[in-house]
Amino acid sequence: MSDLKDQGTAINLLSCAKTFAGGVQALEPLDLEIAGGETVVLLGPSGCGKTTTLRIIAGLEEPDPGGRVMFGDDDVTRLPIEKRKIGMVFQSYALFPNMTVRENIAYGLMVRRMPKPDIDRRVGEMLEMMHIGDLEFRRIDQLSGGQCQRVALARAIAVQPRVLLLDEPLTALDAILRTRLRVEIDQLLRRLGITAVYVTHDQGEAMSLGDRIVVMSRGRVEQIGTPRDIYYKPNNDFVAEFIGTINRLRGIARGDHVEVAGASLPWSANRSGGEVEILFRPENVTISNLKSAHLKGNVVTSFFQGDRTKLILDGLGERQVIIETTDRVEFIAGQEIGFRIDPDSMIILNT
Amino acid sequence: MDRHEYRNLVILVLPTGIFCVAFFLLPMARLVLIGASGERGIAAYLDIVTTPRHFESLIATLVLSITVTATALVVATISGLFLERNRFKGRGVLISMLTFPLAFPGVVIGFMVIMLAGRQGLIGIVSKALTGDKIVFAYSMAGLFVGYMYFSIPRVILTIMAAAEKMNPALEEAARSLGAPQWRIILDVILPALKPGLIASGAICFATSMGAFGTAFTLATNIDVLPMTIYTEFTLNANIAGAATLSIVLGLITWAALYIARNLSGSNVAAAG
Repeated sequence: MSDLKDQGTAINLLSCAKTFAGGVQALEPLDLEIAGGETVVLLGPSGCGKTTTLRIIAGLEEPDPGGRVMFGDDDVTRLPIEKRKIGMVFQSYALFPNMTVRENIAYGLMVRRMPKPDIDRRVGEMLEMMHIGDLEFRRIDQLSGGQCQRVALARAIAVQPRVLLLDEPLTALDAILRTRLRVEIDQLLRRLGITAVYVTHDQGEAMSLGDRIVVMSRGRVEQIGTPRDIYYKPNNDFVAEFIGTINRLRGIARGDHVEVAGASLPWSANRSGGEVEILFRPENVTISNLKSAHLKGNVVTSFFQGDRTKLILDGLGERQVIIETTDRVEFIAGQEIGFRIDPDSMIILNT
Repeated sequence: MDRHEYRNLVILVLPTGIFCVAFFLLPMARLVLIGASGERGIAAYLDIVTTPRHFESLIATLVLSITVTATALVVATISGLFLERNRFKGRGVLISMLTFPLAFPGVVIGFMVIMLAGRQGLIGIVSKALTGDKIVFAYSMAGLFVGYMYFSIPRVILTIMAAAEKMNPALEEAARSLGAPQWRIILDVILPALKPGLIASGAICFATSMGAFGTAFTLATNIDVLPMTIYTEFTLNANIAGAATLSIVLGLITWAALYIARNLSGSNVAAAG
């Protein structure tokens, strides 16, 4: 299937904003460069502008005057979706209910007036690639959610689009299926080498699929970076809170240490003293004996999760602190425990 | 089902059963018998084909009903889709005006057609002023057509609007993303989605047009649609057997149309009216 391999078309958004009728600005001017073959995930809560951005790339929405959408060297801003040669996958699958699986996959090829033998060959390839050969002549209402999404992917890819746009494709599926299809989609995108833009509100999906993640909120880009960047070096409060679980403690910096919750933490950053905010993730702590602990707290609840135990602690400030441990020890509510924070993993935000 | 449940069921169905037998089955059976009571017996049912006046009236009614149904479907589907997809000032008023005719009796509709295209009608006055020729078509098939369209359109518009509201907008976007031009989307996405509604409202239009009497009675001075023929046979010619056979045939055609529509659309046709 080497003919499926595509070099990938670069996408370039130049100050694309979107104001809807009634004056609501869904998207502030956005500049985004997506390299050919790259998978970029637009991540954010509902109403953050991620779907609007995707629809602008698709050609389903036009950016406000001044905005431009480039596919490689082509300015496609004024081109409607049907002329943009894109593939699109929808949250609701959007399969044609009056057609069989085969007819759905063949639809784009038929519309392009491809000769029948070529359509047959191409549909065969798609059925094989998505492992849905035995569903070929099924009606759409005879498919499960996972099967529907495979057909939708096959239909979008069959036309060899320049870019593949996925609008929350896994949201309607149950958890197990979501994880499995996530792996399949990842492998598919790598194999095709196609430029893909993937919209989701699920950070797990974003982390595992994206070469880069664009974190958005309220029509603004909060941070663009690799999953590692976003997770380890969040730009601001919003990103830190939105991606993963994070604890925050207020403290006062004094020379080489910070005073937090009546205790002292090592402080390597060469910053001026004063009030600071320390952020750390649940997995970057180790439980230690009370004497050598950085911080101490009381167990409110413990959740045994098999590979690890999640502990909710209080007594460390206004907010409860969440930590995780792989120790095979049982914790009881009310117990006082001490823990150390890996100093390299601490995130210090400018406040 | 045990005997107790069975007895309860019978009691529950009884009122409907009595009503059905008293007001539908008995008169229908009587009608069938009356139709066959003439000197030629059951063969009288063939008269509708052999008597030229009856046969012509049957064909005219069928042609009129089919034309009205087809035209109403086209016109109302376009307007129904437009009304469902666009929000503009006065939309609510427009929809209630378009569905208004549902509340009118056929006589009033006939009267309105005369006001429009009758001898003193608006079209006549305007055309006379413009060309010197007075255009009058209220008392012909064209007049009936206009009147029937008037009360058929609201039935289709309401059904189409309901069906269009339920359509998944992502389907059209998906078709567009695959490169489909507008006419293909209409053919491959919109019409299939509207199909049950089109069949259902089409059947209702057809059945109503076949049986409409009030409008025809007001307008039809020299046209014979089936209900008019039945009326004439019954009251003027006292041909009770003939009127009965025509009634049974009219009923069968209408019932068959509704039955086929119900099977094709798989949904509740009656609920669409």
